[in-house]
Amino acid sequence: MSETLIEAEGLVKAYGHFMAVDGLDLHLNEGEVFGFLGPNGSGKSTTILMLLGLTEPTAGRVEVCGHNPTREPLSVKRQVGYLPESVGFYADLSGIDNLRYTAELNNMHRERSSERINTLLEMVGLGEARAQQVGQYSRGMKQRLGLADVLLKEPRLVILDDPTLGLDPTGIQWLLGVIEEMSTQGIAVFLSSHQLQEVQQVCHRVGIMSHGKMVLEGSVADLTTQDDAGGYRLSLAVGGAVDAAESALRALPGVRSVERSGRSFEIEGDTDLRGQAAAAVLEHGGDLLEIRAVNSTLEDIYLRYFRVD
Amino acid sequence: MRAIYWKEMADHFGRKRFLLLLGIVVLGVLWGAFIDMETLVVSGSGFFFLDVFTTTLGLPLSLLSFISFFGPIIGIALGFDAINSERTQGTLSRVLAQPVYRDALFNGKFLAGFTALAIVLVSMGIGVVGLAMFRIGIAPSGEEMLRLIGFAAVGIAYLALWLAMSMTASIFLRNTVASALVSIGVWIVTSFFILIAATALAQQIVPEVETNEDALRRFNAQLWISRTSPSALFSEATNILLDPIEGRLLTPLALNMERTQGMVKTPVAAGQSLQLVWPHIVAMVAMIASMLAVSYIRFMREEIRA
Repeated sequence: MSETLIEAEGLVKAYGHFMAVDGLDLHLNEGEVFGFLGPNGSGKSTTILMLLGLTEPTAGRVEVCGHNPTREPLSVKRQVGYLPESVGFYADLSGIDNLRYTAELNNMHRERSSERINTLLEMVGLGEARAQQVGQYSRGMKQRLGLADVLLKEPRLVILDDPTLGLDPTGIQWLLGVIEEMSTQGIAVFLSSHQLQEVQQVCHRVGIMSHGKMVLEGSVADLTTQDDAGGYRLSLAVGGAVDAAESALRALPGVRSVERSGRSFEIEGDTDLRGQAAAAVLEHGGDLLEIRAVNSTLEDIYLRYFRVD
Repeated sequence: MRAIYWKEMADHFGRKRFLLLLGIVVLGVLWGAFIDMETLVVSGSGFFFLDVFTTTLGLPLSLLSFISFFGPIIGIALGFDAINSERTQGTLSRVLAQPVYRDALFNGKFLAGFTALAIVLVSMGIGVVGLAMFRIGIAPSGEEMLRLIGFAAVGIAYLALWLAMSMTASIFLRNTVASALVSIGVWIVTSFFILIAATALAQQIVPEVETNEDALRRFNAQLWISRTSPSALFSEATNILLDPIEGRLLTPLALNMERTQGMVKTPVAAGQSLQLVWPHIVAMVAMIASMLAVSYIRFMREEIRA
């Protein structure tokens, strides 16, 4: 049975009259990758700070790894790795010394930690730059070091706040690979990002924030195959007996609407009707020229919510 | 907290800041080297190793003034960027995402700074005393040693007070330059202006001085106002410790003329003097504690944004 790592109910953070986070519910299971989306200022970072006990919620209940982050910060922080939005390291220390400090703060055994630090530095591709001062690192290198820093304590949950920032395209692909790898090892990943395509690739579930509220939440598979009303869309092109095919399609059980323009149809149904639709067309003497499910990308969904109001 | 303490110690004794600390120690000992010790040992109060710190023979300023001037500056230098530089570097949110309490970060930094200050002050003192022993060829008496140890304790408390002050500033002010300037400003105000203000206020409280009693009352008013200043506490305490004969006489000499005239100029026992400065040390520790308390209250519940 998979364990619940993040459980939040009615989470509120108010700054004076401004509601940064307004009644948010969150739920995250072991090994799950959750994409936390939303425009700048929608309350994503504030939510993350509340999950880590770096700021106190105004109202609501939150539990991370079974502990209250405000009251038992250490029990939470022992198990959670956090990569802040703009990760910082001590510029006058080398990469490896920065990680050593983190290991000491986590009370890790020196021998075990030095072994782990070396493996992690190799993994993030900083094996050669390990002795270099972090002040000389590029933005992307710091981001990679940040990832090693997060994984050092062998976390159960990893919170990444915009981790693709400053990474080049290959770096982003590499990062996605690391995230997938973490998820197969059972680490839950809470990923805040603006890179919608990437999020779609790795996340199991996404939530979209707007003005402190979660306006949409669901599994990536459901969101991309279903439209707003929960229907499945498919498009097909028919040759031969087009009119006969049209009436057959309209008569299919579970069809919500059929739109025709010339030889092509757009059909919305309660379920995925591709099989039935193809059979109906062929039965009534039509030629099936093309049939496909109309999936929306995460970007389409996102933009539907944030068209310039 | 141990990890934080050792990291900060490594910072203080690594590269740039070490040069600053070493420079102060060397400068202090060099300062002592210019003292005309051969004259001092003959003409002094009989407590040669105490006189070394208070004398101006051959010097523009006594070693004591040197310490009371540079001490606060190193205290401030070690603390003014303690928290806000971590904030601007972006390391604060990363460190606080590790399993450490926030006060451990603050305490670790304070203790490391405290250790560094103690090492600087004590090694400077040992350097000066050693130099004096080498030049004159006598060793400090037990009495002198006790007083010097008391002096070191008062000095360390005084320097730690400025460390606590600048660390408090580093929590409240996000900008390191601002916190350095404010710390130095507080130092100047409490070290110089309060003393001037104390005189003025005492004149308001006791407007007319006709009898000796009035003069004494005015003086006491001035004394208690000026005692809110850490530097006044420090100079009073060091006076008592380093001048066994007249140091305990807090009232101005003019008032004491008749009292001191018949007085046999015998030194006070070191234990007595240590008892006299105990309140000063307690007052300084209380000031440190209240500044740390204010810092905790502010820092513990603060939002740490990346």
